[in-house]
Formats: sequence, structure tokens, C-alpha cells
Amino acid sequence: MAETVLETDRLTMRFGGVVAVDTVSLTVRARELRCLIGPNGAGKSTCFKCLCGLLTPTDGRVFLRGQDTTGWEPHQIAALGVGIKMQVSSVMDGLSVHENIWMAARRHCDTDAARRKADEVIERLRLGAIARTALGRLAHGERQKVELGLVMAADPWLVLLDEPAAGMTAEEVERMGEIIREMTQSAAVVIVEHDMQFIRSLASTVTVFHRGRVLMEDHVDRVMADPVVRDVYLGKQA
Amino acid sequence: MRHGTGRETAVIVIAGVVLALVMPLLIDTHVLTLIIAHGLLALSLGLIWGFGGVLCFGQAAFFGLGAYTFAIAGINLGESTVPVILAVLVPAAFALALGAMMFYGRLGDVYLAVITLVVTLILYRWINSTAGPDYVIGSARLGGYNGIPGFPILNVPGRPDLMIWGETLYHVAAATLLIVFVLVTWLLRSSFGRIAVGIRENEERVSLLGFDIRARKTILFAIGAAIAGLAGALYATWAEVVTPSLFSLQQSAEIIIWCIVGGLGTRFGPILGASVLAYLKFSLGQQNLVDNMFVLGLVLVLFVLFLPRGLAPELARGWQRIAGVQRKPARRRRAPKAEAHDG
Repeated sequence: MAETVLETDRLTMRFGGVVAVDTVSLTVRARELRCLIGPNGAGKSTCFKCLCGLLTPTDGRVFLRGQDTTGWEPHQIAALGVGIKMQVSSVMDGLSVHENIWMAARRHCDTDAARRKADEVIERLRLGAIARTALGRLAHGERQKVELGLVMAADPWLVLLDEPAAGMTAEEVERMGEIIREMTQSAAVVIVEHDMQFIRSLASTVTVFHRGRVLMEDHVDRVMADPVVRDVYLGKQA
Repeated sequence: MRHGTGRETAVIVIAGVVLALVMPLLIDTHVLTLIIAHGLLALSLGLIWGFGGVLCFGQAAFFGLGAYTFAIAGINLGESTVPVILAVLVPAAFALALGAMMFYGRLGDVYLAVITLVVTLILYRWINSTAGPDYVIGSARLGGYNGIPGFPILNVPGRPDLMIWGETLYHVAAATLLIVFVLVTWLLRSSFGRIAVGIRENEERVSLLGFDIRARKTILFAIGAAIAGLAGALYATWAEVVTPSLFSLQQSAEIIIWCIVGGLGTRFGPILGASVLAYLKFSLGQQNLVDNMFVLGLVLVLFVLFLPRGLAPELARGWQRIAGVQRKPARRRRAPKAEAHDG
């Protein structure tokens, strides 16, 4: 059995009287691909923010590779070797693609190695034609791709992605799926996602959130077939 | 990359030396020394604001602290070498403490501006109220609104009897500006500088990449304060008196205007802005027809409306057009248009 890289122990996040995340215990193993799904307000994004340090949970603990990281700052968590991509694409608009990716790589290696790493990532993502273009001039899909590049450049062992396929064309989503599968060669990937098509194509283990709790956890095909899940989530879409 | 830095440094040094030798033919060296002190001050804000994205409304506070430190330490020590070092270190330490409080407290940009502004006001009010004989540091009286006159001016290190003033002071000032300019260039080429620009562009993203932005911003803020303090010492030895007006709001506002007019996000722009406007102010000060601040305000409004990117980028573009080195014509032509819509 592969090593556990991410574990939450009865993670709870309250906002006033609202319990957004309620005693969630998750376990993700090395090189696992895990999707967190659920209807709006189910608590998956809040849970995500607790994992990457943007929120400090009210109760419960987060462990990354066995280390208790509850209440850590985002930069401390990222520095452990965790790649994070938020829902809203967040890049350094005024800087070139290369400079953006260089910066991501610079955290764990020196200037020259980071430059080589950036070249390599740009090659892998086929961004060569726009390597010197400022991010502010790029289309949404390209920006998303660069942001994945930022994640890849840091050589993470755990990748946290919040809705990576949002607003992308079918073709881009397909490419995104390939990149994500490639990432699982070296890292566990946790994805918060709405797009069922995309999740089905990834064919991973899925954790279903409902009202802050984990409703069920199983392979995507069995989850989709489950009547309760259909009721709370998929049923509403049909 | 390193090779490129070496060549850039050489170009800067040559251009700087030529400029330092040519300018006295046009403007009196006494005035030029003042302009250089202001240019150095502008460079300090240009660094932290233009590259680090930290809008400090209180850069004058560090300038004033540097000047007062130079004067007070000079009176106590009877020479100027240690006072110059202290004039750099004291504002830097002050900024380190202030910056740590602001950045670790995760204050937004607006609060940061307000706090730096208020700190400047507090220093201004306080230093104004130190008129009595009770307010002394060592053997130096703070002097309240009269300021501190009669402190030792700059001397050759180790030789308090060899004063540096007049023409020589001009050369020392020009060399200082040039050295600081080169150091700032190196800083911006270093990883620290490049990541600082990343923080300016997107703070959250850089922190999610694993960099401690609070520490980095605090350090950059302190570096800016150190340069402003050095500018203060230079000003003090030029003026041979320090007064509370160094801490005034007008002084703080002027530095910001220099940066906007000269061109934010460039190294040369703020110095250029400071030079042009300080010279303009100096010239206007010799007549009574129009008010100084009115002209300064007018210049600012005109620039924000018509040249929002500032003088330096426009000059660079003009130069490229003349020299015919349009490497990427399509991109260069589109850029100013997009900018004009913002303005």
C-alpha cells in the first residue's frame, strides 16, 4: 500500500452558525487521483481551502506526509512540496510565461536550474510559442495551462486543484486531463470539480460531499450509479 | 543572463559618468547636488513602489530620519563617516519594525498608505515640538521647528579636518547615486528582485508558490528606507541644516509625484522625474508670479491624463524610434493604446 500523503482527521469549519465542513476525514495516498465533488455549498471548496492553508479549520487536523499542518500559512504548505491552483486563475499578469514558471521552480532550486526547469515545463506543456508573452495577453485556456505549469515546475508530491476545467473548451479539457494523468506519475492529485464529464474521463476515486459531510467515497462509475448520489447531486442536473 | 548584467552595468556606469561630467556645464553644481539627493530619494520609492508594489506615503519619514540621524550623530561624534552609516541603518531598522508590523499584520494597500502617512505626520508633529532644552540626544539639541544647524558636514573618512563640499560634494553625490543605481539594478536582476516583482503582480500566487511574501516585502521596504536615509544624509550635508519640513506631507507627496511623472516600474524614471521637477521647483522659487505647488499639481494632472506611463518609458520609445531598433513593432505599438484606455 502506498504511503499516505494527505490525511484529515475530523476536519470541521464553521462560519458563525453554518457548518461548512463537518467532521471530514479523508485519506489520500501517494500518486492517487482523487476528485472531490458535490452540489454547490457542499463544502468541498471550503475543505480545499483548509487543506492549502487559506482557511484555518475550526476543529480537526490536517496531516501532510504525516506532518501536522493545521493552521500553517499557505506559503509554508506550498514550501513542503504541495502544488496549489485556485479556482480563479491566478497568475502574474505583467510577467512572461517563462518568468512565471521560473518563479515557481526557483523555490526549490537555484536560478539556473530554475531556468532549465522552466524551459522543460514549457516544452512539456507546448507553450514554446508564447514563452516570452506576458500572461495578461493570453486567452483563458492558455492562462489555465500556465498555472498548471506553475504547479508542475515546483516538482510537487501533492497537487491541489480547484476546478481546473472551468471555462475551458472541450479540447482544452481533454488536454488538461492528459496533463493531470501525467502529474499522477509523481504526485497525488486532489481535484475539486463540477464537470461530471471531466471527472468521468479521469476515472478516479471520487469523494462526494453533501452538506459539509462525506456522503460516499468510491470509484466514479459506482458513485454515478448510486441512487443517493443521483438524488442529491446528479438528479438536480437532469 | 549574468553576461547581460555585466554589460548593462558597464553601460550604466559609462552613461552615468558622462552625465555627471556634462550636467555641470548646464546647471550649477550646487543645484545639481540637491537634485541628486532628491533623485536618490525618488529611486528609493521607485524601487519599493514601482517594483515591489508597496505604495509608501511616508518615504519622507525615512528621508528625514536619515538627515536627522546624520546631524545628531555628527554633533556627537565630531566627524561624518559613522553618521553616514547610521543614517542608512537607523531608517532601515525603523522600516524593518514598521514593515514587519504592517506586512505580518496582513494590512491591505490602502491601510498601508494610511499608516505610513500617519507615521510621517507623527514624526513631523513630534520633531516640531522638541524646541526646549530638554530635548537632547547626547550633546545634540533637537531644536524643534528651528531644526538643527551647525553639525559637521561630510568629511573624508578618517580625516575630520578634510571637509567635502561644493564641487567635490557634487562628485561624491553623483558617484553615490551611480553606485546605488547599479546596486538596485543588481537587486532587481537577482532572484529576490524578480520574486519581488512577482509579488507586485500577484501576492497570493507567489505565496501559493511557497514564498514568504511578508518577510520579502518587509526586507524590500527596509532597503527602500535605507536608500531614502542615505539621500537624507546627502541632503543634510548639502543644506547644512535639518528642519522638520523634511518630514512634511508636502515632501512625501512630492516623492510620489516624481515617481508618477518620471515613470513607475522603471529605475531611471523616478530619478528623471525628481530631477525635472526639483529643478522646476528651484527655478520657480526664484519668482513670485505663480505658486510652486500649483505648477507641480498641474504637471501631475497633465501627466496622469496624457502620459500615464511617465517620462522614462515615453523617452525610451522615442529613442527606439529614432535609433530604428524596433525589435517587436507590433507589440510596442499596441501597448500605449491599451494603456491610454486605462488612463
